[in-house]
Amino acid sequence: MKLPDKTTALEEAVAHIPDGATVMLGGFGVPGTPFTLIQELLRQGQRELTLIKNDANETGMGVDHLLSAGQVARLITTHIGLNAHAIELMNTGRIEVEFCAQGILAERIRAGGAGLGAILTDIGAETELAAHKQRVEIDGRSLVVETALRADVALIHANSADPFGNLDYVATARNFNPLMAMAAERVIVETEQLLPFGALAADNVHTPGPFVDHVVELGTLSKEYAIVRR
Amino acid sequence: MSDARNRMVARAAAEIAPGMVVNLGIGLPTRVVNHLDADFPVCLHTENGLSGIGPTLPPDKADRNLIDAGGAYVSTLPGSAFFDSAVSFALVRSGRLDLTMLGAFEVSQAGDLANWKIPGKFSPGAGGGIELAQKARRVVVLTTQTDRAGNPKLKADCTLPITARGCVARIFTDMAVIDVTPDGFALRERAEGVSLAEITQATGAPLALPAGDIPTF
Repeated sequence: MKLPDKTTALEEAVAHIPDGATVMLGGFGVPGTPFTLIQELLRQGQRELTLIKNDANETGMGVDHLLSAGQVARLITTHIGLNAHAIELMNTGRIEVEFCAQGILAERIRAGGAGLGAILTDIGAETELAAHKQRVEIDGRSLVVETALRADVALIHANSADPFGNLDYVATARNFNPLMAMAAERVIVETEQLLPFGALAADNVHTPGPFVDHVVELGTLSKEYAIVRR
Repeated sequence: MSDARNRMVARAAAEIAPGMVVNLGIGLPTRVVNHLDADFPVCLHTENGLSGIGPTLPPDKADRNLIDAGGAYVSTLPGSAFFDSAVSFALVRSGRLDLTMLGAFEVSQAGDLANWKIPGKFSPGAGGGIELAQKARRVVVLTTQTDRAGNPKLKADCTLPITARGCVARIFTDMAVIDVTPDGFALRERAEGVSLAEITQATGAPLALPAGDIPTF
């Protein structure tokens, strides 16, 4: 036996995203953001997207291009403080923003990836974020029901991948990537290195291949995937 | 950074005890790291997935994949670990964080913290702040005593949307060290050259004064 080969051309992989799709994007700041997949999504121009991403990158970078192009209807996120443009789009009603506590966003995605319906937590229970959410009493504590999140597509940035889609990540580029790679109907990975089968040791795989649908090898890294000089 | 702010940050650094696991929030708290000795035993955590933060690096030495939650380029130490965002907050919510230092828009005399939203003006989102404020074993705040317009940030009640209730134990400002007690704000220390009257006037709620001399920093 041998494992299937999922390597896919960039254009073909991103063409699987329809208008109106819910799209998860890995990354926290620059590290782990799938800049090349984002650029292709910008080029193809799918619209009315719901994005799920920790942050909105910075003005003029990454997902900000999709916001500027009017491709995004809704953003589920934790913090957009480094992107004044995104705050302005939110304040003027041009995009709808749902804020979520960061670790709760991670757990909602993990729950989606694990086939669960929701999680229960006291995080944010006293804030306006939970004001209209369902509550459940467990052992005398009133807990907030945080529904699981799944997406139509997840866009992932890996350090290395084999053709089957076994992945590893480096440093703080891991962040939401392995969680989102479990929580979408179609998982598209851009990888800095495409390794032959066996080169990625089974013990060192961060995302197992069965979760992944497409592996796109990056020829050159996006110019945006670089040191930001502020 | 002004002298007063620098003294505040240096004073806050003394809050960190050897052996602690500590998360330093975005902004002023991050600067506390500059006041920790190279051989001081402490584990700094950043919510984007690193325990054991090493020194901050200039752009020409930076790794494009290695930042803290505020976007600063950092390094690792022998013994550092990387993890995903779910593991990072499992560490926070399960009580493994001994101390967090956070910024604030407002702190109430009951220890409520508001630091994520000024409606209609600046709504960056809470990031990991809600979990840090709710679940770190000890929460202290670093902030200027007043906002840019001169209004006290320490108030009877928060007027902005809160991050967490009753979470703040201590506040380090450019003027004073103030504890949140069951009876409200209590002055512990004052910055050198700042009078009691100035501190009281810049505090938007009753401030209990200690008996006898007040230590300075």
